Amino acid sequence: MNFFKLSFLMLRRDWRAGELNVLVLALVIAVSSMTTVGFFADRVEMALSHESNQLLGADLLVISNHPLDEQYAEQAKRLRLSTSTVTKFPSMISNGDANQLAEVKAVTDGYPLRGKLYLAGTRASPEYRVANGIPEPGTIWVDEKLMHRFELRRGDLLDVGAIQLKVTELVMREPDHSVGFMNMGPRVLINAEDLSAAGLIQQGSRIRYDLLIAGETKQVDLFRDWAETQLTTAERIEGVRDARPEIKAALERAEKFLSLAALASVVLAAAAIALAVRRFSLRHLDGCAIMRSLGASQTGLFQMYLLYFTTLGIIASMLGCLLGFGAQEVLAIWLSDLTETALPWPSWIPAIHGLLVGMVLLLGFALPPISNLRSVPALRVLRRDIGLPNTHSLAGYLLGLAALSSLFIWKAEDLKLGIYIVTGFITAIVVFGVLGWLLVKMLSRLRHQAGGAWRYGLANIGRRTMSSIVQTVSLGLGLMALLVLTLIQDDLIEDWQTRLPDDAPNHFLVSIQPDQLQPLEDFFSQYEMASPTVYPMVRGRLTEINGKQVNPDDYADDSHAERHIRRDFNLSWTNQISSDNQITQGSWWDEGVPEEPALSFEEGLAATLGVKLGDRLTFDVAGSPVTAKITSLRQVDWDSFRVNFFVVGSPGFLEQYPVSYVTSLHVPPAEITMMHELVRAFPNILVVDVAVVINQVQQMIAQVSRAIEFVFLFTLLAGFVVLYAAIASTQDERIYEAAIFRTLGARREQLTRAWAAEFVILGGLAGLFASAGATAMGYAIGRYVLHLGYTFNPWIWLIGILAGVIGVFLVGMMGTRSTLTTPPLLTLRKLG
Amino acid sequence: MTNKMVNESILWTNALTKQVNTGEQQLTILQNIDMQVDAGEAVAVIGASGSGKSTLLGLLAGLDVPTSGKVHLDGVDIFTLDEDERAALRSRVLGFVFQSFQLLPALSALENVMLPLELSGVSNAEIAAEKLLDRVGLSHRLHHYPKQLSGGEQQRVAIARAFATEPKMLLADEPTGNLDSATGIQIIELMFELNREHGTTLVLVTHDEALSQRCARQIRLADGKLVQ
Ligand SMILES: Nc1ncnc2c1ncn2[C@@H]1O[C@H](COP(=O)(O)OP(=O)(O)O)[C@@H](O)[C@H]1O
Ligand SMILES: [Mg+2]
Repeated sequence: MNFFKLSFLMLRRDWRAGELNVLVLALVIAVSSMTTVGFFADRVEMALSHESNQLLGADLLVISNHPLDEQYAEQAKRLRLSTSTVTKFPSMISNGDANQLAEVKAVTDGYPLRGKLYLAGTRASPEYRVANGIPEPGTIWVDEKLMHRFELRRGDLLDVGAIQLKVTELVMREPDHSVGFMNMGPRVLINAEDLSAAGLIQQGSRIRYDLLIAGETKQVDLFRDWAETQLTTAERIEGVRDARPEIKAALERAEKFLSLAALASVVLAAAAIALAVRRFSLRHLDGCAIMRSLGASQTGLFQMYLLYFTTLGIIASMLGCLLGFGAQEVLAIWLSDLTETALPWPSWIPAIHGLLVGMVLLLGFALPPISNLRSVPALRVLRRDIGLPNTHSLAGYLLGLAALSSLFIWKAEDLKLGIYIVTGFITAIVVFGVLGWLLVKMLSRLRHQAGGAWRYGLANIGRRTMSSIVQTVSLGLGLMALLVLTLIQDDLIEDWQTRLPDDAPNHFLVSIQPDQLQPLEDFFSQYEMASPTVYPMVRGRLTEINGKQVNPDDYADDSHAERHIRRDFNLSWTNQISSDNQITQGSWWDEGVPEEPALSFEEGLAATLGVKLGDRLTFDVAGSPVTAKITSLRQVDWDSFRVNFFVVGSPGFLEQYPVSYVTSLHVPPAEITMMHELVRAFPNILVVDVAVVINQVQQMIAQVSRAIEFVFLFTLLAGFVVLYAAIASTQDERIYEAAIFRTLGARREQLTRAWAAEFVILGGLAGLFASAGATAMGYAIGRYVLHLGYTFNPWIWLIGILAGVIGVFLVGMMGTRSTLTTPPLLTLRKLG
Repeated sequence: MTNKMVNESILWTNALTKQVNTGEQQLTILQNIDMQVDAGEAVAVIGASGSGKSTLLGLLAGLDVPTSGKVHLDGVDIFTLDEDERAALRSRVLGFVFQSFQLLPALSALENVMLPLELSGVSNAEIAAEKLLDRVGLSHRLHHYPKQLSGGEQQRVAIARAFATEPKMLLADEPTGNLDSATGIQIIELMFELNREHGTTLVLVTHDEALSQRCARQIRLADGKLVQ
């Protein structure tokens, strides 16, 4: 027999007859919601990192204190990256008799590679305009500070080194790493060609050479990997993520939220697929028995069904990918008012992921039942009630569960989140299953006490123990995913938003001296502002780990670690752990000051440096060695924008060293002059304005919450498919029941009541399970994965149970309506 | 057919015709069937496989609707009723025994027998059902499910169920078709015994000539038509 042809014939027939509707719908929804999120996240991430890179003016900087080797620029060209250079140095600028020290930036064509340079308008059009290129040789662009200092106008001449340059533009805003440092001196922009003529570059002058790199993310990463092997000690690489841990943290959290939402629909689809495949194999029993009795081999049958499902999977997954691609475009258009830059075109990787998800889901859940099908005894052709293979054994679902789990861990891109969700769902399945079994047994006992419709409802549930359990568990899981997504995720996002309130700190004050604390407090009270909490800090260089000398060159293959080792650490001390920190290992020194000096390390940095709990680290603090033991590791929510330290010590052993203080505070935009005053009054204090960064994070939250609403549509749709699949999975039995009931003279209403009773019980159980599961899951995800507080929501129980009862009841009654209109004789003939 | 005869008949049909559309063509399964069954009579409907016996039985019970023609059951023109009214009539007048038993797998033997009683609102359904199962020799199988019973036992449950509501008329469609001959004989004996005890009218559909001879009268079907 030609199984190849048979398999296609069967597929075509089943597809046309609508036998595969639930399967295909579930797959298409799972794949399209996954790809929608995939495509969209891809685009948002690219857009966000482009936006963030505007702060740098590039995707990546190679920074050096001597002219950079040509090889960097050459390699960048080879990788098809755009480059530009910036040479920065301080220089005296004169206007007639007046002199002013300013920061000179000599730039080449293409600057800035990312972001825009805004220039002041002219009298005719006073709006800011975007610079079209860089200063011509012989000209100079100045900033507001210098303009005010010299009272400059366009056309005035300035002496820079040995040459005279004509002022042509006023720079209002420039993308630069050091933007945000409010107490910078005046800055000017010149063309790099004027550098040598001006004779400005002399040996020993403080010059910084930047090579700006920009291009496709993948190429930039390639460049970075390569460059890191080439860097000398005087050179370093910087990307925006290195500079802004807040953005990195927010971006990662956003991605988690989104993949969580997409995964919810995958769980739902998995439940629908499991149900649909069960029905499929029941319906194909007879066909298989006949083919077996005609001499088909087991392997032959298995291969035929494997081919059947592979073809089906590919077709449905491709449909899903197409739909996902369309949907993310809609989403992008819908969200376009939230982004300043247009979203870049997504990569194709999400589509490939989508196809994989579809195949893994389908084969994971379909293989066990179809491999059961091949062992249908041929004898079944003689007696229909024998040889029903175990189509719903737990073992049959194990492969599917394993497939789903690996999908989760893979797609969550975070082992911890993946494992939490997978264990959550598996625990839920087991607990629901066991509870379901107990309840079904208990309820079917009860039926002897119940009368009329309830008796038959309960009898149905009791007889189909296994399929009732499968139905309640999958409905419960489905509803649970929906509940987690709506109620809990809403709570969590709200919580996230409230952590970045409108008055979140947007300025940092760094290197406040001890004798400035009081004057600073006076300064704030003068503005009727509460003085912000200050945090003490000493600087120290890591010299020894467990008595072994630390050599930066040992970290040469990890530039991130090397950079930390080369730089001074900011060491703070406190008795009280801040609310946005969470101990992940060891314990905090709550109870008084520990005898041995103790350190708490941020876990990411600990991993980078390869230090662990119990290690003793020695720092060189102002020339003296200070040793302390790591007694805890912390996770820090950098996106809270509060002052946080990688390394915090116990009180008592750092105080004697030269200390300075750090604080953060919120300055309303209207009061910004206050900060100018502050800079004037305390010239040594470094003021950093992070409003731009906060703005970006807030924008991201807004985008994510709206994107989730969109993705939720898929989840809802998947929820309906589960519901439909659950009802359809017992449809055949119901049609038969209806025929007998009516032959025996049951009125429609009597039959409907019995079913209604069954649906209400099933829905109620599912709702109960879902509420319990969602509550537990929301708590766990909030607490352990997203580090957000979760408040118990009693409404979940009411909503869960009501949604279960009403949903199952309505869809159940609609789904069974057709069985009431088929003449009983037709049914009995078909099945008899 | 005289009026007198019609009046004494518990069941009569008039030009009963059933056609089905099988896609390309129209198939006539039954054509102009006129028959009548008097109260208390035992009638066999006999014919080859595919001659339309089951279709006829289904129409007599109102389990399907004819293309044209009438069925009068217990004085009611059943196709002027709606589905629910026909169901109510069935529960009052008819009992069924099928070739493949048609028990509900969800219910125990006892519950299967109780089902028609409960559907017609009888109060002491359980006692009546137990009595009947005892009568068919299954008092030790009350709480077994169909799956746990042999074919003969399942058919006994079906017979008990058929007689539970004390129907005026029993319709049986090849009740021994799925049983071995020894068991088949026992089932037929049981059915005729109960039929006598209850004074029920019997319409027995079979392709078995010998079995049909146990009935007082035979109606022959060939290719959907009555053969005189
Ligand atoms: N719904 C239907 N659609 C198509 N053909 C049918 C249908 N019902 C019955 N038939 C055909 O009508 C003929 C008579 O069927 P049936 O009444 O079951 O015969 P019997 O019970 O005498 O064996 C058979 O050929 C059968 O295939
Ligand atoms: Mg027949």
